[in-house]
Amino acid sequence: MIAVSNIEKSFGEFKVLKGITTTFETGKTNLIIGQSGSGKTVLLKSLLGIFTPEQGTISFDGRIYSELSDDDKRTLRTEIGMVFQGSALFDSMTVEENIGFPLKMFSNKNISEIQDRVNVVINRVNLINANKKKPSEISGGMQKRVAIARAIVNNPKYLFCDEPNSGLDPKTAIVIDYLIQEITQEYNITTVINTHDMNSVMEIGEKIVFLKEGILAWEGTKKEIFKTDNEAIVDFVYSSNLFKKIRKAQNKEGF
Amino acid sequence: MLVRYLSQIGKYFLMLKEVFKKPTKWAVMKGLIFKEIDDLIIDSLGIVAFISFFVGGVVSIQTALNLTNPLIPKQLIGFATRQSIILEFAPTFISIIMAGKMGSFITSSIGTMRVTEQIDALEVMGVNSLNYLVFPKIIASLLYPFLIGIAMFLGILGGWIAGVYGGFVSSNEFITGLQTEFIPFHIKYAFIKTIVFALLLATIPSFHGYYMKGGALEVGKASTISFVWTSVVIILANYILTQLLLT
Repeated sequence: MIAVSNIEKSFGEFKVLKGITTTFETGKTNLIIGQSGSGKTVLLKSLLGIFTPEQGTISFDGRIYSELSDDDKRTLRTEIGMVFQGSALFDSMTVEENIGFPLKMFSNKNISEIQDRVNVVINRVNLINANKKKPSEISGGMQKRVAIARAIVNNPKYLFCDEPNSGLDPKTAIVIDYLIQEITQEYNITTVINTHDMNSVMEIGEKIVFLKEGILAWEGTKKEIFKTDNEAIVDFVYSSNLFKKIRKAQNKEGF
Repeated sequence: MLVRYLSQIGKYFLMLKEVFKKPTKWAVMKGLIFKEIDDLIIDSLGIVAFISFFVGGVVSIQTALNLTNPLIPKQLIGFATRQSIILEFAPTFISIIMAGKMGSFITSSIGTMRVTEQIDALEVMGVNSLNYLVFPKIIASLLYPFLIGIAMFLGILGGWIAGVYGGFVSSNEFITGLQTEFIPFHIKYAFIKTIVFALLLATIPSFHGYYMKGGALEVGKASTISFVWTSVVIILANYILTQLLLT
């Protein structure tokens, strides 16, 4: 479990995060949602240690990040898998070299053991005939699969995903969402997904944290979203006419 | 303005300190070093050989054409070619050319990694990205003096061919000129400069690539800025080293 307590982060005079307190639960897909500029990327990057909050603490299963030594921080980072918005695959490496990279860097496995583990995760994310290809030679959906495979190859305890289905067609986006959810449950990891895709929210939002202008405006599950009267989240989720109609229909049916 | 420059210089030295912290596993680093040697040194051989050979030829011809006084011996052509190539052209001007070739390659490749979040990916994994990206370049740059050695040889060879086959000087006169008042320390001086320039060539473009912000357009801008600053620092270092070592 990741516990965030009263974190604040500013850039110059502008305070982006204004005292966020929440928890991200193990074995669940935790979603951070909010409008552009609401602070979700800053929150995610603070969780990753890329940004240092001015105030508050972030604790990974009891280990408070700001109190760890540099070595302990690096050890903690080896327990983290990250799927970046643009996949962030290494251009100069093949698909299997990308996936095997964390093992090559941090494990004592020999080449054949690394290859075996790479093959396991390649099969797990259903990557077919792409092992020897470079990232530029495969589709966006496949790149996401490679990024997920690379993130889980070292058996992480924590998986972070920054808009994992951005730039993908709706069908592939759902496939990627479900893949992340299945992996979260299968490996019992704490997954935090930063998204503004409402399909993801409705499909895999086991815990949803909604940010508005740097404050935590609402948190709950995907089922609770339908019932809540919180104006901020209702305004965000049902911003499109289609979703407004769906909500109206749900209210009539007494969802 | 001055504060900004000082802050950038400070940031550059802090980067250098970080490069040598928490080294990457040797098994991985070995491969990275060989790749950098290939990208930075081997890939530069062709252009360095081409430029050195022809510039050597031009120096020889220019010197010959300016020797209008019959009292000045023809050996001066060989002597001037040697001095120009060894003291300045090979170490300094090849380095300026390399600031364009090698430097823009380093800045754009690291800058692209920054833009596409590959550096963030390394950091999140717990890799010291500066050590992973910059250290192999510094080690590869230690082979840069070999490149300059080749430039010296080909520059003088180009001068000899242009001088002799252009009918400006006999082979004997040119070679006598090459041997005239030869000071071995000049070779040492040239290679000391080369090593300093090599380190500048590996680190200044890395700095500009690593700390760049923005998108693809900014990668191009960072490459240009990197070329300008690497050239400026090489020229300044050249002046300081010449003052220190030759006066």
